[in-house]
Amino acid sequence: MANTAEKHHDPLFRIVKRDDMPQWKAWIIRGITILVGFLLVGILSMLITEKSLLESYEVMFTGVFGRLLEGKTTMLWKYLQEIAILLALALALTPAFKMKFWNCGAEGQALMGGLASIYCMINFGERLSTPALFAIIIVTSIVAGAIWGLIPAVFKALFNTNETLFTLMMNYIATQIIAYYVYIEGGGSNVINPVSYGNFPSVGGNDYFVNIVTVAAITVIMFIYLKYSKQGYEISVVGESQNTARYVGINVKKVIIRTMAISGALCGVTGMLLVAGKDHSINTNLVGGQGFTAILMSWLGQFNPFIMVIMTAIVIFLKIGVSKVADASHLNSSFSEIIVGIVILMLVGCEFFIHYSIKFRHSKKEVKA
Amino acid sequence: MKKFAKVLALCLALVMVLGCFAACGKDKDPGTDADKNAQVTNLKVGFIFLHDEQSTYDKNFMDAAKKACEEMGVEYAQKTQIPESKDCYDAAVELVEVDGCDIIFADSFGHESFLIDAAKKYPDVQFCHATGTQAHTAGVANFHNAFASIYEGRYLAGVAAGMKLNEMIEAGDITAEEAKMGYVGAFTFAEVISGYTSFYLGAKSVCPSVTMDVKFTGSWYDEQKEKEAAQALIAGGCVLISQHADSMGAPTACETAGVPNVSYNGSTIEACPNTFIVSSRIDWTPYFKYMIQCVMDGKAIDTDWTGTIETGSVVLTDVNEKAAAKGTVEKLEAVKADLLSGKINVFDTANFTVDGKKLDNYKADVDTDDKFTPDTEVVEDGVFAESAKRSAPYFDVRIDGINLLDEAY
Repeated sequence: MANTAEKHHDPLFRIVKRDDMPQWKAWIIRGITILVGFLLVGILSMLITEKSLLESYEVMFTGVFGRLLEGKTTMLWKYLQEIAILLALALALTPAFKMKFWNCGAEGQALMGGLASIYCMINFGERLSTPALFAIIIVTSIVAGAIWGLIPAVFKALFNTNETLFTLMMNYIATQIIAYYVYIEGGGSNVINPVSYGNFPSVGGNDYFVNIVTVAAITVIMFIYLKYSKQGYEISVVGESQNTARYVGINVKKVIIRTMAISGALCGVTGMLLVAGKDHSINTNLVGGQGFTAILMSWLGQFNPFIMVIMTAIVIFLKIGVSKVADASHLNSSFSEIIVGIVILMLVGCEFFIHYSIKFRHSKKEVKA
Repeated sequence: MKKFAKVLALCLALVMVLGCFAACGKDKDPGTDADKNAQVTNLKVGFIFLHDEQSTYDKNFMDAAKKACEEMGVEYAQKTQIPESKDCYDAAVELVEVDGCDIIFADSFGHESFLIDAAKKYPDVQFCHATGTQAHTAGVANFHNAFASIYEGRYLAGVAAGMKLNEMIEAGDITAEEAKMGYVGAFTFAEVISGYTSFYLGAKSVCPSVTMDVKFTGSWYDEQKEKEAAQALIAGGCVLISQHADSMGAPTACETAGVPNVSYNGSTIEACPNTFIVSSRIDWTPYFKYMIQCVMDGKAIDTDWTGTIETGSVVLTDVNEKAAAKGTVEKLEAVKADLLSGKINVFDTANFTVDGKKLDNYKADVDTDDKFTPDTEVVEDGVFAESAKRSAPYFDVRIDGINLLDEAY
């Protein structure tokens, strides 16, 4: 049977799933991909900007880390802050993804959290004491983000609506709400001037310390939650098979709704970090598309919070570093988008080859190896 | 497994080869670096731009920055795509700490508060900001606002538009009553209102029957919305379009529909050879040179600096003879001379009415506050004194003859 089929139309190559690759080998492949990607970035920068390779890297490193040797750490903190925000969004998406609920609404959920924060800062800032103000900011932004995540979850659980489209559309609604709020508060100039109440304190002259520590804590908690808690286990089971989950007595609807509330709430927290911990103001560009990059980060991190730290660190490094190369050479900012896109594509591609192998026609040797 | 080892070896080899490549690349450079250092002074300017050169607004600044710094022989660094958020503050910090800049300039309205924060942090560095409103009240000595009397440029562009309308009326294409212009604006606030009103008054000075419809997009840069707004205006009977938004949306819509267009921020003649008439813009080169010169001489930069036709800050592009009415160039020269001599004032209250009445007094919101409280009398000797109390425009009067189709954002 197999023989006759082979004779008549054997395709040029087949893609076969493989489960046999050991972890250490997969990690070497990933390491090499990152290294090659990094070299490629340098070479492309060199070719396009007419700077030497080392100069390109120098611009990248000083652009990201600043003049560390002279004891100036501002840029390093900025780098950590950027990582923290992208990481927080990726962490927020992870429980939903693990459940195979494609939450594409991190952007909108974070915006709603940010909106709750700025609303409290503007309206209660003068009246409340600082601790009370922080408490109300934290609670409302968590609730706002959670609600924005719950709406598609409830529809999914009750009516089986498509969550990808639903969460995506919710982003646009959130953006328009922010635009309207900015219009009300900012007037015709479309700018809300930074509010001086409810700003996270700067620690040791560093404005982003609170943000970074918060996200570090979330990273550890999320790791424990997913790996060791009963709820984390339920999420995995629902993700693997909803029927199995039902069979073992898991209330699937409840898990979906609960997990999306957590996902949305964490996005809301990220919005709060952006408003209370960074901008002290809001506009529709608050999250700046990072909610979508976070989807990739969650995947590339294989839903493991600690791997996500590494992945976001790499991507943010490239994003900042290459845009510095572009600025230094007076290049268009699209340059950095293209480069970062190429490297992410390489990383995704390498995952493909880790999980699948390509078998060519008549290559018995390949099969053996 | 063997195969894997082979791939690994290959990759490592590649890394080594590229490493050599890197070393080679470095060798050739010290020479050119030394040449560079020889001709620049130690002053360095840092620029913060909202978008990049794809936006006509930012391109206008970027071109001027390049020109001014080259002419003054100073180095400069730039940061593009800096949002109106704390990122602006961070960019300023980076320009000071990493790039070692002595003057920082930011080009977007929303950058202002964050730039003031940076100015407070670095009192020895000068911070200059275009279109902002807070310098005269902020009390930060090293923070400065700048703008230009672009309403004069718009007025001139309006004259060119009015002449085109007259030509169309004479040719019998439209009647005098049908002389309606369309205007695509970004937001309903003073800078835009001042702009379209001066444009309208320019057109009205040569074509008395003209009216104008205005649509707002609610964004400084949204090509699709600007295009749709222009198309809606054309469908609504507008026979000439102008805009105050930064994309090519409106000009290309006009070229497609064959409707004349008066542009802003630079010539669009390449994309619109048949419909582009003329464009007004602010040339920032004089201001950049001024601020650099001030720092070189150790002088204080003006808190509010307003560029004019005289300083070379308000300029018109070449008139496109193909689309413009005959005699436009000569007429514009004459009106420009009158503006310079003070014979014409754009916002002369004799030239417009509000609800059918002459404007005798008006309090504008000059000192920015959260509630936009009108605080300063700005009508003096029968003229609305635009840009006199601070550099950024504050003319936000709705005058007769201009019809706002939507009132957005």
